[in-house]
Amino acid sequence: MSVGMERIDELGGAAALAAELKTRRWHRPSGWHVLLLPVALVMAFPFVWLIVASISTLAETRTFPPSLPHGFPVQWLTNLWHNYGDAWTQAPFGTWVLNTTIVSASCVIGNLVFCSLAGYALARIRFFGNGALFLVILATIMVPFQVVMIPTLLIIKHLGLVDSLGALIAPNLVTPFGIFLLRQFFKTMPVEIEEAARIDGASRVGTLVKVVLPSMGAPLATVGIMTLLWTWNDFLWPLIAIQTPPHMTLQLGLQSFQSAHLTNWPVLMAATVMTQIPMLAIFIVAQRWFVQSLASSGVKG
Amino acid sequence: MDRLLASEHLAGWGFVSPAVILIALFGVVPIVWSVVLSFQRNNLMTPGVWIGLANYRRLMQDPLFTQSIRQTIVYTALFVPITIAGSLAIAVALNRKLIAIRLYRTAVFAPVVTSTVATAVIFLWLLDPDFGIVNAMLHHFGAAPQQFFQSTSQALFCIVAMTVWGWLGFGVIIYLAALQGVPRELLEAAEIDGATRWRAFRRVQLPLLGPTTLFLIVWLSINALQLFDEIYVTTRGGPLHATTVVVYYLYTQAFNYFHAGYATAIAYVLFLGILVLTIVELLVGRRTVHYRS
Repeated sequence: MSVGMERIDELGGAAALAAELKTRRWHRPSGWHVLLLPVALVMAFPFVWLIVASISTLAETRTFPPSLPHGFPVQWLTNLWHNYGDAWTQAPFGTWVLNTTIVSASCVIGNLVFCSLAGYALARIRFFGNGALFLVILATIMVPFQVVMIPTLLIIKHLGLVDSLGALIAPNLVTPFGIFLLRQFFKTMPVEIEEAARIDGASRVGTLVKVVLPSMGAPLATVGIMTLLWTWNDFLWPLIAIQTPPHMTLQLGLQSFQSAHLTNWPVLMAATVMTQIPMLAIFIVAQRWFVQSLASSGVKG
Repeated sequence: MDRLLASEHLAGWGFVSPAVILIALFGVVPIVWSVVLSFQRNNLMTPGVWIGLANYRRLMQDPLFTQSIRQTIVYTALFVPITIAGSLAIAVALNRKLIAIRLYRTAVFAPVVTSTVATAVIFLWLLDPDFGIVNAMLHHFGAAPQQFFQSTSQALFCIVAMTVWGWLGFGVIIYLAALQGVPRELLEAAEIDGATRWRAFRRVQLPLLGPTTLFLIVWLSINALQLFDEIYVTTRGGPLHATTVVVYYLYTQAFNYFHAGYATAIAYVLFLGILVLTIVELLVGRRTVHYRS
């Protein structure tokens, strides 16, 4: 837990980093390129080689040593058309995108609403059991998912949700860590503005929605992005809770596609590209928000 | 006054009730239930049978479980330091204004949002024994082709390399955020006092990054001990159990052999391991890390 608190102290640094990512300045050549260029190439190479395979023919991926696909650009485009087309028709990728979007969107909205409400109450309202409840929430943060995984599956079974999107949504609608994170932020905010709003006759909910939340942009974005990354890229829970392709998410779908197309590298790589494009696109557009969120929450895909 | 307080209690519980219901149902109940499960023989279909501590006793004599612990420790002991050293070096290099800095950063950050499944599929292709590019490079330099994921001696190291690639950017993000918080005046003051850049880094910047490094050690260890996705997609614990880590073993026990009670006992041992390691890391960290007041 103390780790989480240190994290929050660093939000200032994260915000500065995020702001700096936005600005673009040019400076004189530097020796640091000697280190950074190879690092960037090594980090980017798996993506490059992934895309190369996805625009090769099957025969070209079965030659040693490998080379770039022949026939630029016409043959490359033809290969691209065939591989991506084959992947798209051989598995319900459209359904998987839709499923993942539904699950992620529901969980992001659920977390933003429920974590805000609970975090606010824990920080500001002195109700019976506040302290005990906070301790319970801290305790659940520490328990690894593997401990609760099997009973959660049994509960999902009892609720009749096995092999449905509900199984993926219900347990992830609220994250104890999100409550904790927001509570800490509510605590740091000056209480005077809220009191003024309350004296002017605003309700608790009105105060929260109109006065408090608008100034919580960064922590709310953190909770939202944390939930998005977690639900979008989660694998173990969908693997257990989902059995049939129509209810799969992108990652589970990709894994099942992989075990069905073990050595058909071009089509498998085309499928991999397709499954990663949505999140990579969001990441590139909203890079500074992602960076800030990762720096303060510690979630990775 | 009493009425005001009553309304406070009501408002408070009203605000927390959705979260409380969900956390009770999917957090507290499963935790309690899993304690019961770990004392049962349970195949997930028929009602469980109470067998006391038998699951835990069996764990201590299970050679495959012992092996999975050993492999998890080896993995963690490699993954955590490599990721930390690598991301610190890259973060320090990235913490300046350079031409193409955004390209560098995007290249380093992109694997972070790439899913574990996709990462595993990509590395299966890179490290394919027959047609993979890595073997082609080895061939180019006159080295013999390697079996990588299909080799009992190499598979775990391939998993380390793959997950380091996936997590480096995360460490870089954390370090960059912390580096931005180091006042430039401190470094300049050190340099004016005649310190070389390296000494300024060693004596000024590095100690200030202590708390960040401690956080990363704890966080990366917790995640490393729970390694599963990449194993499932690449090696399924093989070849010959060479990459069977604790969570993968737990998964096979629960969902291939339907030993749910036994699997939950494994989960509790894992929980204990995570707890002990985290506490040790934090205790050692508190001794060595200096916090700014």
